[in-house]
This record gives sequence, C-alpha cells and structure tokens, in this order.
Amino acid sequence: MSGVPGAIVHARALTKRYGASAALDGVSFDIEAGRIVGLIGPNGAGKTTALKAILGLTEFDGELSVLGFDPRRQRSELMEQVCFIADVAVLPRWIRVREAVDFVDGVHPRFSREKCIAFLAHTKIGPGLRVRELSKGMIVQLHLALVMAIDAKLLVLDEPTLGLDILYRKSFYESLLADYFDENKTIIVTTHQVEEVEHILTDVMFIRGGKLVLSATMDEVGERYAEVMVGPDRIEAARALKPLNERQIFGKSIFLFDGVEPSRLAELGELHKPSIADLFVATMKGTYA
Amino acid sequence: MKKFGLLLKREYWEHRGGFLWTPVSIAASIVAITVLGILSAELFSTRARINVGFSLDTLRGHIDANDLFDAGRGLDMAQLTFAGIVGIGLFFVTFFYLLGALYDDRRDRSVLFWKSLPVSDLETVAAKALTAALVVPAIALAVATLAYAAFVAVVCAWAGLHGVNALPAVLAAHPFGMLLRLVATLPIGALWALPTVGWLLFWSAYARSKPFLWAVMLPVVALIANWWVALLGGPHVGNELTLAGVLGRLLFSVMPGSWIASSGSLGAGLHVPLPLGDDPLLAALVPAHAYQALTTWNLWLGVAGGVVLLAGATWLRGRRIETAT
Repeated sequence: MSGVPGAIVHARALTKRYGASAALDGVSFDIEAGRIVGLIGPNGAGKTTALKAILGLTEFDGELSVLGFDPRRQRSELMEQVCFIADVAVLPRWIRVREAVDFVDGVHPRFSREKCIAFLAHTKIGPGLRVRELSKGMIVQLHLALVMAIDAKLLVLDEPTLGLDILYRKSFYESLLADYFDENKTIIVTTHQVEEVEHILTDVMFIRGGKLVLSATMDEVGERYAEVMVGPDRIEAARALKPLNERQIFGKSIFLFDGVEPSRLAELGELHKPSIADLFVATMKGTYA
Repeated sequence: MKKFGLLLKREYWEHRGGFLWTPVSIAASIVAITVLGILSAELFSTRARINVGFSLDTLRGHIDANDLFDAGRGLDMAQLTFAGIVGIGLFFVTFFYLLGALYDDRRDRSVLFWKSLPVSDLETVAAKALTAALVVPAIALAVATLAYAAFVAVVCAWAGLHGVNALPAVLAAHPFGMLLRLVATLPIGALWALPTVGWLLFWSAYARSKPFLWAVMLPVVALIANWWVALLGGPHVGNELTLAGVLGRLLFSVMPGSWIASSGSLGAGLHVPLPLGDDPLLAALVPAHAYQALTTWNLWLGVAGGVVLLAGATWLRGRRIETAT
C-alpha cells in the first residue's frame, strides 16, 4: 500500500453516490496510529458514510485501506482489529448481559473476559439483565465494557453518546481516555457535541457536502486560527484583515482569523485560541441556507 | 469450531421461546390432555358404577401375545405421533424464524453490533441455516421423546392402579429403536429442508420491508400468473403440478417429515424385514427405506437450489444493512 507509512487508514478519492447526490465526493486523507480524530460535520455531510466505508459496511469508489485490509473484501479479518460503536441503540434488545459477554468472548480472539467483567463491576449492570431492561446510559456502559476489553488497533465511534445525560457522556470519554487509549490505538469519533470531545482530540477533520474542508492536528489548528476580542474603535481595522467570522458578546466583537500573523492580531485586542465549536460554526456558515 | 458453536448458541438464546418452549408446551399439552382424559374416565366410571367402553378391569384377564404386539405397535405409533404433532408446531416456528433471521436485526439496527465482530457473512448465514435445518428439529425430537416417556409412565401408572401390568406392552414396543430411527432421519430432513431454508433466508436478507410478502406472495402470484397465461394460451409451465411442486418445495420443506410423502420412500417396494410390522408409516422410517430419499432427484435438486439461494442470501447480507423503517 502506498501513502504515509504506518497509516491506519489510507483513503484516496473516496466517493460514494446515492443517485445524483454524493455523500462522499473524492475525499482523501490519512490517519496515523495513536491519534484521536474527530470527524465533524453537519447532518448529512457524509460522516457516517465515511465511517461505514472504513468498516466495510458500504460499497464505494476510490481507494481505501484500513490496517492494510480492503474493507470491502476482508471485513471479517478487519473486524478482529477494529471495534465499532454506532450509537446506543445497536445492542440487540433481547440479549442478556451474560450472553453478550459469552458471545463476544467466543467469537473475538482479542477479547479479555476478565477486563470486561472488571469494567462491568464498576457499573450497576447485572449479568442476568436483558439489554431492553437497561437504561440508555447503561447500554452504552455495557457496549463500552465489551469494546474496551478488546485489544483492537482502531476504535470507530459514531455519535456514541447520543441521547445520554451529561454524567454518562463525561464518564464515557473519561474511561475511554483513562482505561483504553494508548499510543498503539487509534480512535475516530463523530459527534455533534463538539465541546465534549475537543479536549481529547489530537486531530480534527471538518466535512461538508461530502468534501473535507479542514484536516489538521489540534496544534496546527492552534497555530493557524486565532480569535481576537476587539473594542468598538478597532472594528474597521479588524474587518480589513478579512476575518472568517464575526460575532458579538457583551458589546464587544469577536473576530476569528485564519492564518493572520499573531503579532498583527495582538494590536487589535486580546488573543484567544478558538474553540473547535466556534471554528466549526464559522466554517460551516450557510450550510443549511 | 468454538466460534461456530457460539453462533448456534446465539440463535438459541434469541429464539429460546420458539425453539424450546413451543415444543415443550405442545408436548406438555398432549400429556396433560392424556392425564385429564384418564381422570375424567375414572371419575365417570366411579360415579356411574358402570364400565364404559374400553375397560381395563375386564381387559385384565384376557391378554395374549397378539394383543401385546398390537399394544407395542400402538405405543410406537404414539411415539411417532408425539414427534409428528410437535413437528407441526415446529413448522411455524422455523418458518417465521427464517423469515426474520436476516431481517429483524436490520430493522432494529442491531446488525451494526453483529457486524462489528469478526464473523463473516458466510458464517452468519450458515449458522442460521443449520439452526433451522438441524438444531431446531433435534431439540423438538428430544422434547417429544421426553414427553413420550412421561406419557408411557402415566399410562403404566394408570394401568397399574387397575391391576394391569403394562410393562409387557412397553417391552413389546421399540422406544429406543424408534428414537434411533427418528434421529437417523434428521439429516435427511435437513437436506430436504434446504430449498425452503434458502428461499426464506434469501428474502429475509433481501427485503427492505415485509419479507413475508416477498417470500409467500411471489410464489402465489407466479402460480396465478402461470394459470392466467395458460388460460390465454400464452407460454407457460405446462404441468401445473410441477410448478406447484416446486413452489411447495420452496415454502413447505421445513415441515418435519415432509420428505416421507414426497420422496417416494413411503410404500416403496423394498423387501427388507420390517421388525415394526407392516405399517407403512413405520416402515418408511426404517433406515434402508428412509435413505432411499437420498437417491431421488427431488431431494438433490432441492439441495442445489437451496445452496444457490443461501449463496444469494450471503451476498445480500454483505450489502444490505438498512431497512425501509
């Protein structure tokens, strides 16, 4: 395989069409080992399609290799190294906790029953319960316990905390970082709750209308983008530097700049590192218009 | 091997109600009805102080070897009846299990969980096919056998209360021989069932909604269309029995024992000693008779068609995830 050596995911001109519209329109990217990549985009931007392609759950055009496998043809080999949580609703509702553990233990060569049971011991989930008897938060705890007990190289999370309350959301990402992630693992996550993941991401990809509009490490984002809080007297000067976005808070204007020298911005006012959420909103302006 | 065992177990876990409790409740009902019948007969004869119809008290004195032989054969037929009645219930269980097997998890999206594990589509489909063709009939046979044992115990106890020793009749029956014979027919039944297993799994994997309509209406429409075209004098399958036969094979071959009537082994002119007497149904189960089914085109064409349909189901399983709802 060509591309970046050590790339976990290698995609070139990835394209997927549904009739006339393209869910993915010639997307190319590489994801290296040991990264936590946030794939962020508005509804219908192609995030889930990209994940499905990586997981071998959909046909596509273009070149894609995941851990050196072709996800279209080698899905069952690939799934020994890749774990996947879609959203909380995908665990079968009839299965008992005990049966789910037994099943994954039986079919997955890299699953550790001890680890899984240790994770479950921190929850209120009893082995005899059925999934349909668990709350949404408990279902995702169970799914996470199953997945974290698998020594996989790539973990794909598609809106994993959708519909959960903030306690479950926080503890989901905390256990992921504390008990699972290390330099040999890679995580790709899509979510709308950007604020909750941005502090754990190492890389970010913005996707819009099937195209990548930004693909950068968080360090690069910090170097490239800056937010300045500008007083009323400097507004015209700030606008002259072609800001990406402008918004008002407490009578002051906040400008978001892309690639403007920090020294010039410092003259205008107080400099901040923009949040991913603000950057996202600025980048996606006009998406639904 | 451990992995495939887990796949079979998973099917059992999900469908324990159909695979185990349906045959158990059917078999238990038969035993319960027997007990109720005995109780009401006892009650009635005690109250009326007369012997009605079949009375064990008068029977006691006059039992000869021929009667014993008949009683033994009656018990053998009873054993077969248990298996047969449980089998009828099983047909419905298996039919709807297969229709849902590759559809229900797509509808509730749990397919995304199953597909997140290193299990190939071929393994998934094979496990479901084997479950329907062999595992479910085997469970049902085990349940029917236990129920038959309970039935014999009840009848013996009843006869004993009236001072009749029923053991000679039981000894004249062939419970173990019958069981072995029934077990030996399981592989034949599995091969015979393949076209239906394949047909139903195919539509289960194909349908975006209502797999039942696809699987059942399509053959019915084909049958009517053929009849209509024939009526108008157009090109059609000339022998309607052939078309109906093919469609019947696609829909009803999971009926346990359906191979007996259709495969030609019933009343086949084979001259082997029949220890169970000359009853045609019992004779059909003699392995030398039963395995004649393996020499028929009907069976092997069905197997071939079933394998093609299963391959199609596997292919679809790799490509269809969403349903309409």
